[in-house]
Amino acid sequence: MPETIGFLKPRQAVLDRRREIIADLTDLLPDGCLISDERGLKPFETDAFLAYRRLPLAVALPETTGQVAAVLKYCSRYGIPVVPRGAGTSLSGGAIPQEDAIVVGLSKMSRILDIDLFNRTATVQAGVTNLNISETVSPDGFFYAPDPSSQLACTIGGNIGMNSGGAHCLKYGVTTNNLLGVKMVLFDGTVIELGGKALDAPGYDLLGLVCGSEGQLGIVTEATVRLIAKPEGARPVLFGFASSEAAGSCVADIIGAGIIPVAIEFMDRPAIEICEAFAHAGYPLDVEALLIVEVEGSEAEMDAMLQSIIEIARRHDVMTIKESQSALEAALIWKGRKSAFGATGRIADYICMDGTVPLSQLSHVLRRTGEIVAGYGLRVANVFHAGDGNMHPLILYNINDPEDAARAEAAGNDILRLCVDAGGCLTGEHGVGIEKRELMRHQYSQADLNQQMAARAAFDPQWLLNPSKVFPLEGRPAA
Amino acid sequence: MQTNFSLEQLADPHVAESEKILRKCVHCGFCTATCPTYVLLGDELDSPRGRIYLIKDMLENGRPADSETVTHIDRCLSCLSCMTTCPSGVDYMHLVDHARIHIEKTYRRPFKDRFARAVIAATLPYPKRFRLALRAAGIVRPVSGLLKRIPLLRTFAVMLDLAPATLPPASAAARPKIHAAKGARRGRVALLTGCAQPVLRPEINEATVRLLTGQGIEVVVAEGEGCCGALVHHMGREDQALKAARRNVDAWLKATEESSLDAIVVTASGCGTMIKDYGHVLRLDPGYAEKAAKVSAMAKDITEYLAELDLPEQEARGLTVAYHSACSMQHAQKITTVPKQLLKRAGFTVRDPAEGHLCCGSAGTYNILQPEISAKLKARKVRNIEATRPNAIATGNIGCIMQIASGTKVPILHTVELLDWAYGGPKPAEL
Repeated sequence: MPETIGFLKPRQAVLDRRREIIADLTDLLPDGCLISDERGLKPFETDAFLAYRRLPLAVALPETTGQVAAVLKYCSRYGIPVVPRGAGTSLSGGAIPQEDAIVVGLSKMSRILDIDLFNRTATVQAGVTNLNISETVSPDGFFYAPDPSSQLACTIGGNIGMNSGGAHCLKYGVTTNNLLGVKMVLFDGTVIELGGKALDAPGYDLLGLVCGSEGQLGIVTEATVRLIAKPEGARPVLFGFASSEAAGSCVADIIGAGIIPVAIEFMDRPAIEICEAFAHAGYPLDVEALLIVEVEGSEAEMDAMLQSIIEIARRHDVMTIKESQSALEAALIWKGRKSAFGATGRIADYICMDGTVPLSQLSHVLRRTGEIVAGYGLRVANVFHAGDGNMHPLILYNINDPEDAARAEAAGNDILRLCVDAGGCLTGEHGVGIEKRELMRHQYSQADLNQQMAARAAFDPQWLLNPSKVFPLEGRPAA
Repeated sequence: MQTNFSLEQLADPHVAESEKILRKCVHCGFCTATCPTYVLLGDELDSPRGRIYLIKDMLENGRPADSETVTHIDRCLSCLSCMTTCPSGVDYMHLVDHARIHIEKTYRRPFKDRFARAVIAATLPYPKRFRLALRAAGIVRPVSGLLKRIPLLRTFAVMLDLAPATLPPASAAARPKIHAAKGARRGRVALLTGCAQPVLRPEINEATVRLLTGQGIEVVVAEGEGCCGALVHHMGREDQALKAARRNVDAWLKATEESSLDAIVVTASGCGTMIKDYGHVLRLDPGYAEKAAKVSAMAKDITEYLAELDLPEQEARGLTVAYHSACSMQHAQKITTVPKQLLKRAGFTVRDPAEGHLCCGSAGTYNILQPEISAKLKARKVRNIEATRPNAIATGNIGCIMQIASGTKVPILHTVELLDWAYGGPKPAEL
């Protein structure tokens, strides 16, 4: 495919020093923690945004904060770009390297350091997976709320980088609302601590700035997150509708009525078929759109909320209502939903959009999305967090066909512009990465971008941390 | 995922198959989370996604395997936990099989590795030779410390450590014979006697024959059957594996021609996985494709077959059993609940250890060839099992039995030994 998204030109001075850099980094790291062989580098050339690939100069897999600091200090001294990597599950290309960059992967830093149930916090290394936190505290009745669909694999460090969300964020908020503190290595090797176990910290909210900064301000090596007590009960309920528009308006009316369930997830017919084939969750196959609405609390609470939701759904001619009858059934309903993207791989390649729109615009944007993708001669499957308007159209295409791939990318850009024009934004939870970088101009004025870039430069004046991401390549300040 | 093969490359049916498998992968990374080696080592090259990428690169470029690629493929346990996790349905099993054959054909291992592998491939699959080797092990055991210091013999020192100190006598259950059903005949099955299992734990086949015949099932040990071929298959020794497969196909088809078989019963899930795959591995052999598919369709794990017999519910025995699901059972054959249901019905209290999806590190010859990783996985597995405070451990694969037994004092038995006891057989000696 002719690449439409550019990368920064590799620094020749860095490429020329390749052997020396590798030798130096080898000295800084324990055995087996530096990959520099071309074969070994290959699997690190991309993440889950796999249409774009760049072989990095080397991959460092440090085991301690001290080693991260040593590598960053070295790279800062010699002007070498660094691309941080968690589990490499980014859908926006946030972890895609470049030829002159050292990838710093946190996958070896995967220890849980402290569980403080009294204060309801967990302190973990950045390479701990999102789900691992919840699984660790589950026997004591707690969980970590943000639950990206990739939570099985994605790391807390990556979640912080992208300010990740998930199905249950409708009620509990996204990563930034559940993050209490971080230990972070600045590019010059300085280790700083932001926040802590308390809910707020004196001074500037730098933690808020770091969360969602896509690895451009430093590398987080440890995080303290909030633990939440599990509700008495939780029940996902399936609502089937005759059209995507009906389901979309139903969501708007639920939220409009002031009802906030834990999650409202949307799937259209293609997505239902894909997910049912994988998970056998019992999704209705005779509807055009499905909402998974999860309510939680005591039985009485759940019943009351569900009753109000059912009344609203009836006004939108709901075709089927099915409550999960067991914990196993509930688990399958969520397994199907959370595996949706991967399961799509069974039928086609895809790119996944992440635009977010005001709920009043949901039906309109869904309809226009279908029209846009059809206009490019492609198919789309929609599966997303409807409750907070965070849409995920999966544009299906054939990655081995360059023309198909170019059309898919163009359709994606049109959809994201549509989301912005409808009063929404480019990304709800996947981050800008390289994918949406140039579209940032559609979202922000140059003055808006300048202020963000100024904040970035305060942390990394050389612009070497994950440099090809987030900000359009044109119009950056000279480093 | 994008692939880049020429039409000429795709003319090779093995490459064509691998291309199809690769096309399904969307590089989502879910598989990394449940891969034992990634969980331990934290390096994507030691994860399914990393290996898939290494294999793709090697095959696309049509080049001989290199040491970097071989290192990471060798570290793969073939536990197939990734296939349980993969939402996209990537057939990692057949992809890594292809990679292993490619490695065996194109890569020259250091002499000591070639030597060790050749000895394993010439010994383990043959019960008589294996028995002899174990006897010899008893003799040289005192010098195992010395062997560890000689690089060429280090693998053999590992094997010595794994070899049991005492060897049970050979059992009649493993000899070709028809074991008549007791009472009215309800069914007729062939039993794979196996290669290493009857040498190490002859009680398993004995319990199987006793339990089945007691339920009115005629059990045939077919003339000519032998090792299923899995052991050498996982070493990439395709010819030797296919030879074993063809021999078994012939043996069982002859048995079913004499009098129709309801199933080919397998008591080691590693072997069951292989036999269920005969139809695939022999698909390109015009003389055997159809016959092998027939045999694969007849293959059943012993617990699958027992579940069909509807054994009566037994009174509680007050014995808590930790059920360890072998990877070949849960990930390859997708048999997850059946063995536990049988045990519960037979009166045992069944516990599920945490991290049940992670391999115990046995994985065929893995504990011989990758002793460090294997030992770490064993320790982790034993810790999780012992946390359930069981009186005994049940599992359905000889490899896991030997591996876990070497790390715990809790007695470990094949599921069928406990079931045999519950339905009238003798109490297992381990208890």
